Amino acid sequence: MSARILVVAEHDGNKLNASTAKCVSCARALAGAEITVVVLAADATAVGAQAAQLAGVARVLTVENAANLHPLAAVLAPQIVALAAPFTHLLGPSTTFGKDLMARVAGLLEAPQVSDIMAIESATRFRRPIYAGNALLTVESSGQGKVVGTVRMASFEAAAAGAAAAPIEKATVSVPLPTYTRFISVSAAKTDRPDLQTAARVISGGRALGSADGFKILYSLADRMGAAVGASRAAVDAGYAPNEMQVGQTGKIIAPELYVAVGISGAIQHLTGIKDARTIVAINKDGEAPIFEVADFGLVGDLFQIIPEIERLIS
Amino acid sequence: MKRILVGIKRVVDANVRIRVKPDGSGVITDGVKMAINPFDEIALEEALRIKERGAAEEVVVATIGPADSQQQLRTALAMGADRALHVQADGVIEPLSAARALLKLIEREQPFLVILGKQAIDDDNGQTGQVLAALWNRPQATYASKLELSGETARVTREVDAGLETIEVDLPAVITTDLRLNEPRYVKLPDIMKAKKKPLDTLNFAALGVEPRQQLKLVRFEPPPQRQKGIRVKDAAELVEALRKKGLL
Repeated sequence: MSARILVVAEHDGNKLNASTAKCVSCARALAGAEITVVVLAADATAVGAQAAQLAGVARVLTVENAANLHPLAAVLAPQIVALAAPFTHLLGPSTTFGKDLMARVAGLLEAPQVSDIMAIESATRFRRPIYAGNALLTVESSGQGKVVGTVRMASFEAAAAGAAAAPIEKATVSVPLPTYTRFISVSAAKTDRPDLQTAARVISGGRALGSADGFKILYSLADRMGAAVGASRAAVDAGYAPNEMQVGQTGKIIAPELYVAVGISGAIQHLTGIKDARTIVAINKDGEAPIFEVADFGLVGDLFQIIPEIERLIS
Repeated sequence: MKRILVGIKRVVDANVRIRVKPDGSGVITDGVKMAINPFDEIALEEALRIKERGAAEEVVVATIGPADSQQQLRTALAMGADRALHVQADGVIEPLSAARALLKLIEREQPFLVILGKQAIDDDNGQTGQVLAALWNRPQATYASKLELSGETARVTREVDAGLETIEVDLPAVITTDLRLNEPRYVKLPDIMKAKKKPLDTLNFAALGVEPRQQLKLVRFEPPPQRQKGIRVKDAAELVEALRKKGLL
């Protein structure tokens, strides 16, 4: 029996998040899989059309409901379960959206969930990191019943646009939706910089930046390089950078082409978040810092002199 | 009684360097320092603070795990929990089995709030809170960095990829904690002595009427690939040159 995979789209109402294209790539790793993307939204027109463009997608289902304006797991999960019957696998991204939602779906289905899938070996065999990526575990499902999964973003390239758009179908779901969870607000700094999760280049700062003001030299260099800016947990805890910039085990796990760690010592929890970066550069005044153990290029010195100098050199 | 239920898990201490067994059957845990999962410690701290400001009357801490897990329950009692429940279980307990057991404890204890860590730092599943909320048909507020209670509702600030999201949930609800919710207190020696006299009940899955089920077989553990150690450059100019050569600038 070939796999029929339902991918739950992540979006902001207008734009499909790149995480969905990575979930589609993960699903395509299973030869012969039939891939359906479901878009739950208040108005799914724009996002549905974007999902239909992804290579490998056979069909897009849209579920429109005013209650889907903001992604609340308690509201979305029963709708996904109502559509789940024909599918063998249900995948979502390992982002805060997907982690919150998919485990609730798994709970309603009483199905096993494989978190942070980094490789699909077969319809029943999956590999995932445990212990903050210090061990890899291969798990096997029974082949009976459904498997729910979240897809580790750093392990898959985003699926490109396909030759022809997949058909879009409106699905009607009539299940009672709970009203016991209500969206109030979301605060996110508006930035013109690339998205941290998908940027090709990332510059991150640690506690050595000394203050929120100290981060300005990183923003300036990042803008020169077209890079996103991240931060270590220590810098976020100290209030130098907002939580959405945190890179590491409990923040974002990223895989840029170039990662520049500035004033970051390299705690194991931080290294977990950058292991898949193609090239790692470390700039730190402590030559013994563990970050140098994983860096392709290490530079020992005063970051407040080095960073402006790099900016001058590439201007 | 206004009661908060906190779930904790015994895990390998966050500072231990993890090594995979040569035969790939697991990671080495013999003789390794164990601790309360850090996120669960934050969950307990939050419950204690709620009680201390008069918004709850009792904090009950529960764990599911082997006999040794009682060490972590004693630590939780020393931190300030009033009672402990130990669901004795050996071997793999998947999130669904853990959630089923916790649901039985909820039915017995009738808490108005259940607080868990967002994930355990051993298997990094990050599922139990959401699965429990689904089985219980109650709200979930995951990745909480701020929790405000008012009457029959809670307002929770969540750390999400976009920034900070605020939601309101009706109680009872399941909350899972993120790192910045609070900083857990240190346990003082007299509290360790006092904790020995606090009630700790032992149960098992059969007594709860739950059968633990393993749906995912653990096939193989392996160490992750290691990155090659790189080179040191002497200054900014040499670094820029090296990155240009690789086409990265």
